[in-house]
Amino acid sequence: MTYNPSVHKKIDSISFNLFSPKQIVGLAAAKMVTPELYDREGYPVDGGLMDIRLGVIDPGLRCKTCGGKLKECPGHFGYIELARPVIHVKFVRQVYDLLKSTCKYCSRIRVQEQQARKYLSLLTATAEEDGLEARRKRIKELIAKHTSKDKCPHCEKKQDKLKLEKPYNFYESEVRLSPIELRARLEKIPQEDLELFGFTAPGIRPEWMVLTNMMIPPVTMRPSITLESGERSEDDLTHKLGDIVRINQRLFENINAGAPEVIIEDLWDLLQYHIATFFDNDIPQLPPARHRGGQVLKTLTERIKSKEGRIRHNLAGKRTDFSARTVISPDPLIQLNEVGVPFRMAMNLTVPERMTEWNKDYLRKFVESGSKKYPGANYIIKPDGRRKTITDETKQEILEELNVDYIVERHLIDGDIALFNRQPSLHRMSMMCHRVKVLPGRTFRLNPAVCFPYNADFDGDEMNLHIPQTEEARAEARILMLVETQLISPRHGLSVVGCIHDAITGNYLLTKELILTHEEASDLLYTSGVNDLTALPQKEKMDGREVFSVLLPDDFNFIGKDKSGNEVRISNGQLKSGFLDKANLGQESGLMLRNFYEQYGPERTQEFLGRVSKLGIAVLTRRGFSIGLGDLDLMPETSEEIKSIIRKAEEEALRWIDSYYAGKLEALPGRTREETLEVRIIETLNKARNKSGDISMKQTRENSALIMARSGARGNPLNIAQMSAIVGQQALRGKRIERGFKGRTLPYFQKNDVSPSARGFIHNSFKSGLAPYEFFFGAMTGRDALMDTALRTPKSGYLYRRLSNAMQDLKVDYDGTVRDASGRIVQFAYGEDNLDVSKTKSGMIDVKMVVELAKEEREET
Amino acid sequence: MKPEEMERALPQSVVEELKRHGGSLSKEKFQKVLERIYEMYQSARINAGESVGLVSAESIGEPSTQMTLNTFHFAGVAEMNVTTGLPRIIEIFDATKEIKTPMMEIFLNSPHDTMENVIAFAAKIKETMLKEFVTEYAFNIFEQTLRVKLNAALLQEHGLSVKDIATLVKAKHKGFSIHSSEEEITFAHTGKPEEIKELYNLKGKLQDIKVKGLKGIKQVLPVKREDTYIVLASGTNLKEILEMKEVDSTRTTTNDIHEISKVLGIEAARQAVINEAYRVIEAQGLNIDIRHVMLVADVMCTVGSVKGITRYGVVSEKASVLARASFETPIKHLINAALEGEVDPLASVVENVMINQPVPLGTGLPGLVTKMK
Repeated sequence: MTYNPSVHKKIDSISFNLFSPKQIVGLAAAKMVTPELYDREGYPVDGGLMDIRLGVIDPGLRCKTCGGKLKECPGHFGYIELARPVIHVKFVRQVYDLLKSTCKYCSRIRVQEQQARKYLSLLTATAEEDGLEARRKRIKELIAKHTSKDKCPHCEKKQDKLKLEKPYNFYESEVRLSPIELRARLEKIPQEDLELFGFTAPGIRPEWMVLTNMMIPPVTMRPSITLESGERSEDDLTHKLGDIVRINQRLFENINAGAPEVIIEDLWDLLQYHIATFFDNDIPQLPPARHRGGQVLKTLTERIKSKEGRIRHNLAGKRTDFSARTVISPDPLIQLNEVGVPFRMAMNLTVPERMTEWNKDYLRKFVESGSKKYPGANYIIKPDGRRKTITDETKQEILEELNVDYIVERHLIDGDIALFNRQPSLHRMSMMCHRVKVLPGRTFRLNPAVCFPYNADFDGDEMNLHIPQTEEARAEARILMLVETQLISPRHGLSVVGCIHDAITGNYLLTKELILTHEEASDLLYTSGVNDLTALPQKEKMDGREVFSVLLPDDFNFIGKDKSGNEVRISNGQLKSGFLDKANLGQESGLMLRNFYEQYGPERTQEFLGRVSKLGIAVLTRRGFSIGLGDLDLMPETSEEIKSIIRKAEEEALRWIDSYYAGKLEALPGRTREETLEVRIIETLNKARNKSGDISMKQTRENSALIMARSGARGNPLNIAQMSAIVGQQALRGKRIERGFKGRTLPYFQKNDVSPSARGFIHNSFKSGLAPYEFFFGAMTGRDALMDTALRTPKSGYLYRRLSNAMQDLKVDYDGTVRDASGRIVQFAYGEDNLDVSKTKSGMIDVKMVVELAKEEREET
Repeated sequence: MKPEEMERALPQSVVEELKRHGGSLSKEKFQKVLERIYEMYQSARINAGESVGLVSAESIGEPSTQMTLNTFHFAGVAEMNVTTGLPRIIEIFDATKEIKTPMMEIFLNSPHDTMENVIAFAAKIKETMLKEFVTEYAFNIFEQTLRVKLNAALLQEHGLSVKDIATLVKAKHKGFSIHSSEEEITFAHTGKPEEIKELYNLKGKLQDIKVKGLKGIKQVLPVKREDTYIVLASGTNLKEILEMKEVDSTRTTTNDIHEISKVLGIEAARQAVINEAYRVIEAQGLNIDIRHVMLVADVMCTVGSVKGITRYGVVSEKASVLARASFETPIKHLINAALEGEVDPLASVVENVMINQPVPLGTGLPGLVTKMK
């Protein structure tokens, strides 16, 4: 076989059908007659199940049918002639439906001629309009309607009731029908009546559902494994087929010898059982076939179905070569769209490059260094498709013959295209294209800013890397999947990449409070990758905003808000007011990055983001930033204020309790008084906690924890309050903690004590330390939260699978309509206005901004 | 391009926005703005071949991991239980027939929307069973009678009398002689003495006789929503509520999508799916563009009835055997396909993945036509 990449065969459609006994024989390469597998020399027996006419699984042997060797021969089907017909378990239902509603004697459908014609046109209409599934339902209704009649409208004979005893025994007036009789009846059903049962395809006969010849799958789909001891271990299917052939032979012999009917019946039943379990070993009423050790055999149905089955495991998902996986670690100094690849990997992963007149010397160098020296090459592929390994021995020879049209599989080098992925791949940003940067070490390195779309952290996460092997694939990856092209999420039209942690803190501090000398400013900018310092004002001292403005393009205008609501104004590339914090630099928020992207495109945004990140980190390293226990200290006034708030809240809660006992508490509508009390107490306590969070945020003395929370880099007011002031009420399922012992949560408390502390209110802060009972309450809610996540993940995962399966083939057609695979229109205009979410700001065209800009223009002229 | 043409090419919402903000502009300026907006719109248009379905599925599926599992949450101050979060989203997309917490929001017309009227209305529609008024059941085996004592005061509060109840019961249960007095109704058994059991059965039946209100409205709660008073009801009965003259039928809704589909039709059901799903998403603080929810709703409603995103619903409508088989119950689909001699046209995604061919989406969509000599 020679491979010609320019000729593609395209499969146009796949049709499904039943095989007739004749077709089975015609397709088969061999007839199976003996249950033996190998002769004494270990060579496959002719007519045995491992017959080499069915394909080969041993290296060295050749297939007798096609002459192919291992991996060349796809395998061929065989067949066995069954001594007695046997019903196919998977079609029992259909056989039953057919026989139930046809006449016992004349085999016509038990519907009057005229009606039948009416139904037929109805069925065709349903099939055309609503598809086959709807037709199937209609047929079911039809059958249910017409079986009750006990007289055949054609021959007017009385009918007996047919009963199906699962899994596959049919009875008529207490007499069992043998598959021979079943088959005979099915044979007699005329073709025109079959159409009423949905057998619309020409040439499909129902009697084929009762097997007379059985197909034997090729050896290649049930290979045997040779164990270390030299023993052969056969596949489950082979075992099952062995049983079938053995019983079949016995049945033949007994019939020929004229054995008593009882023995034949028994063998027949056994054959039926084996064939049934060959197709499906999980039939409810049958004991599953087992290995000698008691392990259940995996037969055809089990091979196909479920997540580990053929369809979902091997067909809808495939394994790839040219891929790598290892632990990830951060490197803020590489570009956003780069990935650091260890040398060892780079020397194993290759990129094929075709030699032409113009790159001869370039490619020769790789071959010259061989496979052990970086950057080298591992293989060459000759124009005839043969592959050669480059080793020290073969190198000289290869170098001599190397010429145009040879393909060199060279090591990965800086700038190569790679796809980078982290599971679970929940959205398209979970797999993006990065440029390779080969680095020492053994981990993948990535810029911490792209962690967000991958949802990655560095606590041991592993990620995968794939190297596209064709020019087409590389082009598509680079144009459609490169990190910077994915910056704006199609989910909401906001940036999914932004500065994180240190970079936000750094820029916040820079734009808020730092005054720098010219020297310091140049240092900062230079470290963050700015070489052109002409934009830096020539002043002795300058503030952080001026430094930051150097990164901005001169024509960039932006008006927005920062986290605390102050206006951020950038005009003509100068940051005039406002601090840069999470609201504008962070991911999934703010419009500064979104505007920048719109105005300057992916590449410059990526560059800009990289510089801003580096600037932030540089500022932080120069200034110094750390956090310690001391940063959680509250100022004495603040501490007092919070204490009094908590005290007041608790008093209020106790007042509620008192009023409840005094009978003065009025129930809320739709609530009992007890419930009302709970609601009131929770309200009061939560209010107090939130208030204390806000107060601790408003402290005048700065500290690292506050800076981080204010800039949005990490932490929120609640975190701060819990660490330094008060942990607050612990809630289980939206209520205070009330379970545990009779009338109390813990034996530590009095019975029927409903005061805040007895029901999970934690007075201490994490810094001051929790009392034992408080810790226990904390553990309770912690456990509840863990349970919640553990239960939620599979549920939402299944929802997602269903959604994506249902909607995967929807696309926007050339006429702007959204259609599914069969061309049915789902929407006339995508989202009613044809707008692409990722090309808009939050799904809208900013009309207002355009108008405002136009107004300003008027003022100028 | 003429301005009118441009305007026509823009979506309605953008044109409205433009008229609102740009009304004060001079003609030339307006023209300029229009041109710019037209340009912006053209560049923001979705590309042909974009696999919008998968993008929507991702956009909803990815953040759904962050939703809470909490079944009941309190809507507003302290009202009835409402299913929210992930369970509700699953309920909506499954198109579950029996939803866990059916609810109605009933708005009233202007003379009826004062506080007192709303409260009175709420009491009127609440489904009230006979058992709520009964204080005692007394059997007399010897006389073969059942005496039902009623709480007359409570009845009065609801604007009913014992007589009303008696006539109501009479219409519903025949075969008993019924006498009513001030505070009680007496049922005398008229059949054979052996069938005294009937009398016991009667007690059970009596309990669940609807005395008043609308079927299905289990709980009512008048609340203030912004400036208007509305009635929140648990349990739904859209048809009868909409028929009432006090009700503002333009704003009143239920959260039962199948009911909306039945009463108001498929377009209303589609909008209901969007509203319900989007409400949950917003309540969870997630940011998902409404277009994605719209697409899911459209997929669920294209066939003319509301189909869930399940193997019995949307997925079973697919034309491809392999696509159906790759979802759930593969064997069933393969068997049926074989019997009917189905042909898989390989027009969608999974089938082509299975046989290693480019999928007909995005860059896999366009083909080249060449002239063969």
